[in-house]
Amino acid sequence: MNLKLKIWRQKGPKDNGKMVDYPISGISPDMSFLEMMDVLNDQLVEKGDLPVAFDHDCREGICGSCSMYINGEPHGPGRGITTCQLHMRSFADGDTIHIEPWRAAAFPVIKDLVTDRSAFDRIIQAGGFISVNSGSPVDANAIPIDKHDSDRAFDAATCIGCGACVAACKNASAMLFTSAKVSHLSLLPQGQVESRDRVLAMINQMDEEGFGNCTNTGACEVECPKGISIENIARMNRQYLGAAISYSPPKATGGGD
Amino acid sequence: MAATGLFLCIFLLGHLAGNLQLFMTDEAGKLQFNEYAKFMTTFPAVKILSYLTYFSIVFHAIDGLLLTLKNRKARPVGYAYSRPDKNSSFPARNMAILGSLMLVFIVLHMSNFWVKMHWGELNVDIWLDANGNRDLHSVVMHSFKQLWYVIVYVLCMVAIGFHLWHGFQSGFQSLGLNHPRYTPIVEKTGYAFAVIVPALFGIIPVYIYFFG
Repeated sequence: MNLKLKIWRQKGPKDNGKMVDYPISGISPDMSFLEMMDVLNDQLVEKGDLPVAFDHDCREGICGSCSMYINGEPHGPGRGITTCQLHMRSFADGDTIHIEPWRAAAFPVIKDLVTDRSAFDRIIQAGGFISVNSGSPVDANAIPIDKHDSDRAFDAATCIGCGACVAACKNASAMLFTSAKVSHLSLLPQGQVESRDRVLAMINQMDEEGFGNCTNTGACEVECPKGISIENIARMNRQYLGAAISYSPPKATGGGD
Repeated sequence: MAATGLFLCIFLLGHLAGNLQLFMTDEAGKLQFNEYAKFMTTFPAVKILSYLTYFSIVFHAIDGLLLTLKNRKARPVGYAYSRPDKNSSFPARNMAILGSLMLVFIVLHMSNFWVKMHWGELNVDIWLDANGNRDLHSVVMHSFKQLWYVIVYVLCMVAIGFHLWHGFQSGFQSLGLNHPRYTPIVEKTGYAFAVIVPALFGIIPVYIYFFG
């Protein structure tokens, strides 16, 4: 396959950056998108150019590292896949392929296609945990949990935190990510205890990071490689509304924290 | 946005019920409509509702503006090549511009009818009918005999239809009212609402222009 690549090149966080054309030939349709990028980088290194920096790790769709905005969509065409699971057979010979980094104020570009997604980590740190030691594994079904709830919690827990939801959203909103984390804990009894503190703290952190607001376009759930539903956003809205109206966080009364 | 938006949906239904009386273009219809218009501007319970409506429109517009500005700030550098049409609908992406169009329409609409009904100078802007009520019916009939006004009105109803297409179910989602069993019903109701209500509003001026 012969392709025309248009790739965002940016030397560093302060650089302005621009789209650069790279014609590439001899690409096998069986290659993954990242293998194609490897071939390009080999050629760039041979020519003495700087290779294109991009995030990648597991290359099997479970780590959430890869993050390319390909032909106008996060993780490119195709549904329910990450960039590493996208194969060159999805493109036709002679195609032009646009490759850009995620774009959001909260995800500043570090270099080329690499963005700083630590804003997600800080949202998790704000409340995406349970404070008690859950101890060693208990017997199965020792705690009765509705099968539907555990399934929904598990569906939410499949979020790999890649940020495609933010990249796809016209408002660069992190609501799908945050709601997946809120849901996966609050649907289970161990997480329910702190659910009100959690939802308030995580949404507060999300706003502080400079993500936009949800206007329910639904773009996030279409582009999510794990098919996470915006049902989770409604659940988070519901919990937030309830907590904001009825709950005041306890004040420390001594005795340490 | 959600609470005021859904309240305004209810307002639209009430407004539409009143407007449908305009299909009666004869003398009896005129007297009845003017009686109704007088009731709507003087009855205390309706007054409270109307203040709620003014508040909702202003709040919805200002909140929407602030929301849009904040959301723009969340993506200072845009994409060189983007295909949002692959993952979201046209109305969902253009709520702000559709809403702004409606705000322009509301100003035009109110200066035409609402201002004349409330403060219009007698025998200049508005006359009295046989029962001594302000003759809003004739003001409406006169307005909708002007082709440009009919066209603007109908186009604005198309815009409101698009706005409602996304807005109705979006309001439920924002309030957290999502359920596997009821959400499909809410969505279908919203789509029907977005087509039927603006269509009925829009047919009235066309009817008056041709048959009034």
